[in-house]
Amino acid sequence: MVLGYLISKEFKQMMRNIVLPVIFVLLPISVINVVPRIATQEIKHINFSVVDNDHSPLSERLVHKLAASPNFHLVGTFASYGQASATIDGGQADLIVEIQPDFERQLVVDGTAQVAVATNSVNGMKGSLSSGYVTQILADYSAQLRDEAGLDASNTRLARLNVEPRYLYNTTLDYKLYMVPALMAMILILICAFLPALNIVGEKEKGTIEQINVSPISKSQFVLSKLIPYTVVGLFMLTMAIALAWLIYGYWPSGSVWLIYVMAIAFVLVMSSLGLIVSNYSSTTQQAALLIFFFMMIFMHMSGMLTPIVSMPRWSQTLTLVNPMRYFMEAMRVIYLKPVGFAAVQEQFLRLCIMAAVLWTWAIASYRKTQA
Amino acid sequence: MNQLHSFVVKEFRHIFRDVRTMMILLVLPVVMVLLFGYVITPEVKDIRLAVVDLSRDDLTQQVVDRFAQNRYFHLTGTAGNPTQGRAMLENGQADMVLVFGEHFAEQLVHSREASVQLLLDGSEPNQAAARAAYAQQLLLAVAQELSATMGVEPRFQIQPVTHALFNPHLRSEFNFVPGNMGMILMLICAMMTSVSIVREKEMGTMEVLLASPLPPLVIIIAKLVPYFVISFINLVTILVLCKYLLALPFAGSLWAFMGISVIYLVVSLALGLLISTLVRTQLAAMILSLLLIIPTIYFSGMTFPIESMPVMYQHVASFIPARWYVAAVRKLMIQGVEVQHVARETLVLATMALVLVSLSLATFKKRL
Amino acid sequence: MNDNIVIRVEGLTKQFGNFVAVNHISFDVSQGEIFGFLGANGAGKTTAMRMLCGLSVPTSGHATVAGYDVERQPELVKRNIGYMSQKFALYDDLTVTENLRLFGGIYRMSRRDIKLKTRQLLTELNLTNERNAMVRSLPLGWKQKLAFSLAIFHEPKIVFLDEPTGGVDPITRRQFWEMIYRAADRGITVFVTTHYMDEAEYCDRVSIMVDGHIKALDTPAMLKQMFNAPTMYDVFLALARQATRG
Repeated sequence: MVLGYLISKEFKQMMRNIVLPVIFVLLPISVINVVPRIATQEIKHINFSVVDNDHSPLSERLVHKLAASPNFHLVGTFASYGQASATIDGGQADLIVEIQPDFERQLVVDGTAQVAVATNSVNGMKGSLSSGYVTQILADYSAQLRDEAGLDASNTRLARLNVEPRYLYNTTLDYKLYMVPALMAMILILICAFLPALNIVGEKEKGTIEQINVSPISKSQFVLSKLIPYTVVGLFMLTMAIALAWLIYGYWPSGSVWLIYVMAIAFVLVMSSLGLIVSNYSSTTQQAALLIFFFMMIFMHMSGMLTPIVSMPRWSQTLTLVNPMRYFMEAMRVIYLKPVGFAAVQEQFLRLCIMAAVLWTWAIASYRKTQA
Repeated sequence: MNQLHSFVVKEFRHIFRDVRTMMILLVLPVVMVLLFGYVITPEVKDIRLAVVDLSRDDLTQQVVDRFAQNRYFHLTGTAGNPTQGRAMLENGQADMVLVFGEHFAEQLVHSREASVQLLLDGSEPNQAAARAAYAQQLLLAVAQELSATMGVEPRFQIQPVTHALFNPHLRSEFNFVPGNMGMILMLICAMMTSVSIVREKEMGTMEVLLASPLPPLVIIIAKLVPYFVISFINLVTILVLCKYLLALPFAGSLWAFMGISVIYLVVSLALGLLISTLVRTQLAAMILSLLLIIPTIYFSGMTFPIESMPVMYQHVASFIPARWYVAAVRKLMIQGVEVQHVARETLVLATMALVLVSLSLATFKKRL
Repeated sequence: MNDNIVIRVEGLTKQFGNFVAVNHISFDVSQGEIFGFLGANGAGKTTAMRMLCGLSVPTSGHATVAGYDVERQPELVKRNIGYMSQKFALYDDLTVTENLRLFGGIYRMSRRDIKLKTRQLLTELNLTNERNAMVRSLPLGWKQKLAFSLAIFHEPKIVFLDEPTGGVDPITRRQFWEMIYRAADRGITVFVTTHYMDEAEYCDRVSIMVDGHIKALDTPAMLKQMFNAPTMYDVFLALARQATRG
């Protein structure tokens, strides 16, 4: 009963804030709408420069072939490598193809010739992907030249292994489908960890918490009155995000939807308890915000959101075992991608529950109605 | 000048007295560098491979051996048929299943061409694509070896000789660390200043300050100087860690780097100031600053290349200060380009600084 | 008389590190009494009051409030008291009625009682037209009266007021004291700190704290006689001059 009064107070205050309700609606819309579209590591557009030291028909055909490829865009042909590398320094190009002076002769006489491919590899992934594209085009070009020369005789033909990769679950390797569940987790962490913490520290700073502390409200009632409203808001935003993902991209969880909510409630409890603990140990908004931000950065980056956990060094893989975000993220991705039931996420669920229980107890224990 | 001095001292006292905040402010960059230097890496390793071999002969064994010897792959087991292979993917025992058809060897010997099927778990698209690429490369090499043993004479073969410029070992921290700088500096400058100014508003102390004979400009500068100093310390910390811990190169001009960093700091501080003039509560200031951090992460080109974004969003990114700063830092630090090559970035950031500083000063005067 | 004692304090002490904020104070307060708790800034008034309200744990000594030990049964103490802090502590982003409903709910009053008392109180305070206004928009005097009414909204046995009239004009202060009298008439014990000496005259008994000690405790009339002073102001000055901290 008392809890009811407290919760209705929280909702009133929340809705009267100028910023909060706008955030509740705008955050899922903007994040789900924008981030998946920009969060792509696919390389589709490569600017390249050419140094053709051969100027032969075969070298010129090679340059045309590269320029005609949909992923490549020719910035210019240069007389020397030095000139071409200036285009990388200036940021106009990311790749240089340099053709040797006797490219055509080697190709025709020796049967094999080399082409230098230099990529701007500050972003290593981008660098190796673009040189991979070039390799592919070069292989196609050789095959074309062999065909034209009518060289199909078995003794000139290289053995070929045709590889047919088939991807399960996310058959088209749609990166958006991978990002969307992760973004839902991010939205929840933003709302459910930050807001309760900032709210309580705000009451401390204003002094209103004193009026509560001098009343007979129990600690758990007070803590619940802060947790429940933000859990409700978190679930509302999650629902919005699920609906938006369906409307915008047509994504619907392959597993059952209620599983998402079960996981989300456990996760929200963990995060908001953490927020409360932080607020109990902080006296200013600045302190609380910075602390939570600190946790959030670590949780997000060590959750496998952007880069996989298996790629991490061993010690940090072990550290991720206590990262709640990791379990929620894993569960969300599994539920979205695979037609699974509770069994598939039960381990994650259990771990989240244990964390929630521990942090919840800590949150209540560290909330002091009475000063020592 | 003296007024300003005593005022700046007061601000520093506020910050230093709060030991916890101070600690986090100084430790945060260290943790982020460690995270991005060691933890966050998209590198592909330990690919767990299962094999379904319906052909069962020397040739397939040869291919499988090559996989087993390769440092990226790790043979976890064999399955009797493709269905069992799929099951191994499903329950997470393998990342990839290599399937040799019944007539693999026969085809390869007779027509010099045979097919291999790769089944992959696509739930992590980038990883899946990279794994497939590694397998394809390895199979290409195997095919060439086989060709050699079969006595094929090469014709019209073009061999690419690739050079990974600036980052020969393709280390991901070369890419992440500059982005990390952009994010931390923005966070500390914008979030911390806006919250601390709004706090004075909430507490009513701002009125006291404004009622004093201090010109408002002095008040503002005094609030900004400490965060500027802390950010600068962070910048130096990150640089030192990069050099001595991560062994990152610093190829370009240190002075140019410092210069553009200072401009970026001014932009971030002005953003913090602007936020503080727009809102009344610390909570609101916090949230607005946070909303500044999200685009900084996603639009800065730190993890997601700008040129891969749809054109419309590339334009949006142009309005994000971190996008220009990160680009400039990459060029100066890692690529080591001449100063004139970052002229564009410098110009854009300087313009942003000018606009934001005048805008925030104008609103500051009007609102208070 | 003994049966009527609602606050009993024996050797209550609070120490922060080396600093003794409240040094071994003892006194009793009877039911229905208006007990003035005077002292210069920093004399230890607020600290003492916070201990009595169960907000702060005593370093040593005992105190019972409404029959409950403040150290061992702070939650039972809290059920029986009202508290108005020095700093305005109502939710300024809730309306007048919403604040009343919230605190009524917190003290487990029934819905009907809350409604009834709210109506009554709004008329009494002349706030009926402002009932749906945000507390933030009220003038300070009204806020203080509202805060007091809230502190006694649930009819506690004892109400603690920490400098309730700070920054308020003389007319409002007058009205405020009339409210205090009405509460005392209903049998609510009033424990009030102040440094307005004219207000000290309104109290049944007054204690004066200096540097953490209680230096004097009696009715205003007796105190004036004892110190041979024409007003409480002179009594206070005579004692406060001994202070070494402040």
